[in-house]
Amino acid sequence: MIKRLFCSGLAALGMVAVASAADTPASLMAHYAQAAGVPLASLSAARGAALYRAEHPGRNAQTVSCASCHTADPKQPGRSRVGKRIEPLAPAANPGRFTDAAKVEKWFRRNCGDVLQRECSAREKGDFIAWLSQVQ
Amino acid sequence: MNYLLRGIGVLAAVGTISLLAFSLPSGEAHGDGGGDTLPRLTHKAWQQECASCHIAYAPAFLPKASWRRVMGGLGQHFGEDASLDPATQADILRFLEINAADAGTSRIGRKVMQRMDAQDAPLRITESRWFVRKHDEVPRAAWSRKSVGSAANCAACHRQAEQGVFDDDSVRIPK
Ligand code: HEC
Ligand code: HEC
Ligand code: HEC
Repeated sequence: MIKRLFCSGLAALGMVAVASAADTPASLMAHYAQAAGVPLASLSAARGAALYRAEHPGRNAQTVSCASCHTADPKQPGRSRVGKRIEPLAPAANPGRFTDAAKVEKWFRRNCGDVLQRECSAREKGDFIAWLSQVQ
Repeated sequence: MNYLLRGIGVLAAVGTISLLAFSLPSGEAHGDGGGDTLPRLTHKAWQQECASCHIAYAPAFLPKASWRRVMGGLGQHFGEDASLDPATQADILRFLEINAADAGTSRIGRKVMQRMDAQDAPLRITESRWFVRKHDEVPRAAWSRKSVGSAANCAACHRQAEQGVFDDDSVRIPK
């Protein structure tokens, strides 16, 4: 009985997990456009690509960009500073990307701080996803 | 009506039990293989949050006091931001402490502690005397090879490090 309850508990939790992971690149773009107070159509893939590639002063006199870890081609796997593989960032190559708002926010907070020494604005986040979701 | 009430009862029970199941603090140990194979531990938040940038370093590699220092400084974690919300941070720390080198739950932990003074709390596994001694035959130049990058990149040489296997059969220093 306990075991059955536990199993149905797991099933219920599974449903909750599915429900909370129901974000999509499109819904996140809509969310960031709204947070920035701009129309969805004004998000720009070109600005997103520029944000991805822009070089900033980093440590040891080296420059750093989003591409340093995620590589110049976001359909390719990247590498963390410690050398661990990072799955591709473009949804075309990795459908799990931009499907969990909390995860997306966590990494924008960390990586924008790391690379730009500041937070990314809501519009920059929208642009970034706009670009990655049209990479084919 | 009766069914409705029973339904609510079942839901409440399910909720309580799943809450209980998910707040078990210690994770699950699947046996301790001794010096070169670590106890298999599972802990959702630890695996999710501590394995994105490097392997999830086994708690048995450092004492409790070290883990408190590591978890207390995640905002400035070896030059990166690894910060977490306070609840997740506390949850992971509890798991690390329960399975730490000085918790007495693993053989590898006892070996790490044999070479550590009681008041020591290194931030790095790779600086512990145990680690340095285990690696004294690794040529110095190997650590900075591009294919390795850092001593912290255990998986560059220990190809099954993510599974907690550090035996001689699975180790190979890359060129
Ligand atoms: C130091 C290495 C590093 C740099 C530089 C870096 N990232 Fe990341 N990024 C990571 C890692 C590690 C992850 C998490 C691992 C994973 O999800 O595969 C990640 C994940 C992400 C995610 C999560 C996406 C999802 O839905 O899973 C976003 C968004 C992101 N990075 C944005 C950026 C942006 C924007 C920049 C540049 C401002 C950047 N990153 C620069 C290492 C880096
Ligand atoms: C954003 C990336 C990132 C995340 C997330 C992260 N770390 Fe780290 N960690 C690093 C970097 C970078 C280093 C330094 C590695 C080096 O020197 O090559 C490091 C090193 C360490 C070391 C020391 C390794 C040594 O040299 O012996 C420990 C211990 C550690 N991390 C624990 C954790 C724990 C516990 C978590 C989860 C709460 C965590 N890390 C999450 C990036 C990260
Ligand atoms: C440059 C390659 C390299 C890196 C990086 C490396 N090791 Fe090792 N490690 C070795 C070699 C070589 C041995 C010796 C194997 C032997 O003779 O049993 C060893 C031995 C060990 C042993 C002892 C195994 C036994 O049989 O007693 C452990 C445990 C271990 N390493 C853990 C780690 C951990 C944890 C890390 C990352 C924090 C790491 N190593 C990083 C090369 C490496």
